[in-house]
Amino acid sequence: MATRLKEVDAIMVGMGWTGSILARELTKAGLTVTGLERGEDLSPRENFGLPGIRDELRYSYRLELIQDPALETVTFRHRPSESALPMRRFGSFLPGNSVGGAANHWGGQHWRYLPSDHLTRSRIVGRYGANAIPDDMPIQDWAMTYDELEPYYDKFDKLCGVSGKAGNLRGERIEGGNIFEGPRSSEYPTPPLIMTESGLMFAKAAKDLGYHPFPQPASNASRPYVNSEGLTLGGCQYCGFCERNGCEANAKAGPQVCVLPVLRSEPKFSLRSRSWVSRLSYDKTAKKVTGVIFTDTRTGEEYEQPAGIVVLSAYVFGNISLLLNSGIGEPYDPVTQQGAVGKNYCYQLSRMGVTLFFEDKFFNPFMGSPGTQMVMDDFDGDNFDHSALGFLGGCKIQLGHADGRPISYRPVPPGTPRWGAKWKKETANWYQRAARITLSGSNYANRYNYIDLDPTYKDQLGRPLLRMTYNFVENDHKVADYCMRVALEIARAMKPTMMGPPALRQGDYDTVPYQSTHNTGGTIMGTDPKTSVVNRYLQAWAADNLFIMGASTFPQQPAYNPTGPVGALAYWSAEAIVTKYLKSPGPLVHA
Amino acid sequence: MTDKAKPGEHNPIGRRRFLLGASTAVAAGVAPTAAAQAQQQGAPAAAAAASGSEPTAYLTLTEAEAAFFAAVADTMIPADELTPSGTECGIVIFIDRQLASAWGGGAKMYRNGPFRNAKREYGYQLPLTPRQFFAAGVVAINAWTRKAYGKDFDRLAAKEREDALKALEQGKAALDDFDGKAFFEALLQITMEGFFADPIYGGNRNKASWRMIGFPGLPAVYSNLIEQYRNKPYVVEPQSIADFS
Repeated sequence: MATRLKEVDAIMVGMGWTGSILARELTKAGLTVTGLERGEDLSPRENFGLPGIRDELRYSYRLELIQDPALETVTFRHRPSESALPMRRFGSFLPGNSVGGAANHWGGQHWRYLPSDHLTRSRIVGRYGANAIPDDMPIQDWAMTYDELEPYYDKFDKLCGVSGKAGNLRGERIEGGNIFEGPRSSEYPTPPLIMTESGLMFAKAAKDLGYHPFPQPASNASRPYVNSEGLTLGGCQYCGFCERNGCEANAKAGPQVCVLPVLRSEPKFSLRSRSWVSRLSYDKTAKKVTGVIFTDTRTGEEYEQPAGIVVLSAYVFGNISLLLNSGIGEPYDPVTQQGAVGKNYCYQLSRMGVTLFFEDKFFNPFMGSPGTQMVMDDFDGDNFDHSALGFLGGCKIQLGHADGRPISYRPVPPGTPRWGAKWKKETANWYQRAARITLSGSNYANRYNYIDLDPTYKDQLGRPLLRMTYNFVENDHKVADYCMRVALEIARAMKPTMMGPPALRQGDYDTVPYQSTHNTGGTIMGTDPKTSVVNRYLQAWAADNLFIMGASTFPQQPAYNPTGPVGALAYWSAEAIVTKYLKSPGPLVHA
Repeated sequence: MTDKAKPGEHNPIGRRRFLLGASTAVAAGVAPTAAAQAQQQGAPAAAAAASGSEPTAYLTLTEAEAAFFAAVADTMIPADELTPSGTECGIVIFIDRQLASAWGGGAKMYRNGPFRNAKREYGYQLPLTPRQFFAAGVVAINAWTRKAYGKDFDRLAAKEREDALKALEQGKAALDDFDGKAFFEALLQITMEGFFADPIYGGNRNKASWRMIGFPGLPAVYSNLIEQYRNKPYVVEPQSIADFS
């Protein structure tokens, strides 16, 4: 029998970005908040310091900061006709596993979604007609526009000390920034990072071809920065160990650097790490959650924590799992297309690109950060005319050196063996002289890509694992093929000594090689409870005191990485809770 | 697998000593180029370390396994003017420590059944830990090379080892009840990890691979250097975690 704890005003289930932001905003409003985190607590000084943090094997290959699949993983199949098997090791994506969440090991590429990304369906219908959207592509608009969310994007930028250059300041287009972005109310908090030689070469070639390259916006502060919480971030050291590692310079934004130091000293907040929430207590008739059940993994004891408000702030899979394992909302069925929990699971097109070799260059690929890349968005989202193309969506295209760590980064010319004397010679010759154009693309929802509960496999607490049914579809392959043509045009303009074969998005989804930890959907936002799980304030339709954060609320995945909107939505939802919900608890939107 | 190698059958201790001696001899027989000499400057103990500090005991590897991994390491990473051989770089030590580590014992893996064979895109689907998987693989490969070449893998001539690894890599080796291609990929991966990882794990001795490509290692603090060295070689004595500890 679970020990019942004293009720608190609000619980965070997961203490990454969104749990930390919500806990901060709700305690500021006077609420008592408990943050529950399955993983351990970390201290940047203790855990992310030199020299140990510069260990490629430990962090990139033994996955020190990544969720342990022995505790909980997902099962996978390509299509509903197959039976799923567990992902026994994480490969394709790498969820985080401690206080700070995936932000401990993210790279920091920091985007705002395009205004057209917020209106995906209506924009396409308006521009190309309703028939342009295939029947099996249930894309939806976001439940708020870019303009509505802009102040919250801005707020999150200033929490993170994002580096970059504006391309649209209050409606004025600025050359050198991203001219496709939505209007920003202010310039980036810190200037762009120092650009690599390869980034400059890419930018020149792209510009000469008439495109609009700009520096990658990054939550790697380019110089020391005092953030909106009064906390000081360090300047990026261009160490080349960013993603999968912690940051010893406190330059990479994350809750441990940007929020938690303030939150930890807040008397109304208590943090419970190693506390694994197994389910929510749900009163279906009253449409309320009454609290959560969790296991303290240090003692094995089970607790019931009652709360007035429950915030699901876990990773995408944790949020979906807690709804399905608590019987909240209707599970999605791809045959009837009824139900919304698990619907519109999306990913991101990645692992696409082409490697260029320059015999007269010296790139020092180990000096860099995720922000030392130049990007172009001319073929992203709906920034280009899709009228005669036969697909929807697009890619960002970029180049720069960010992580020349030697176990993983060893470019060799096409035809080189993978070992032996010839391989050694070519590796030694080209390590310093190669650069890779990469593409990341949108991934629009498909009727048969979804999440439900696995009938066979269980997690360590005995709960059914989530089952992912997912594959790339024709639209994805067409996006990749089209954008690769542009990438190759730029590649040729850069006049390399030689080029590798273009890596395209081909065949079935492969769960083994890393692609991106940008899983989205499953608890999507919308205006209709039949086709969405949360309303525009991220409040669950099934329980008015349940709020669901993060990328699980995205109806589909644009080409951009999701953390920027995840942070903006957290501030947006927190404000709605404080200014609307606390005054009049109940549904904030009447469907 | 009925033809499992028995300890002592091929006098593995003698074999192992022979291998280590052979690879050292190969390294010594290659006239180092000026570049390689420059690479090795600042690390005068390198050659001595290669043979002198070789431990006589492993944490987990059997002698037959150690001989197998040594033969693989020296085939994948032969001694030349760029680096000493894989064995001399400590790759067998690295593999031994990795297989004896929590990772080798199956940490961070979901290991519940049921198990079933699956398409490659589903990822690793065996109940074996990495330690067990490599043990089974060594047995399977040696059984295959005995059939195909009449000897255990580590006793093959250099050219035969290369051919055998290529056959495994291309999925052309007919192994009994074992996925040779998947094993090859694991073998290549752990060998490269041993070659390129920080030397604190026992491989990449004297930072040989880092010297080969020009990777400076630590501290990797470049905010004042990235602009200055744009399109210019940045040549420093590489430093490892141990150098700062």
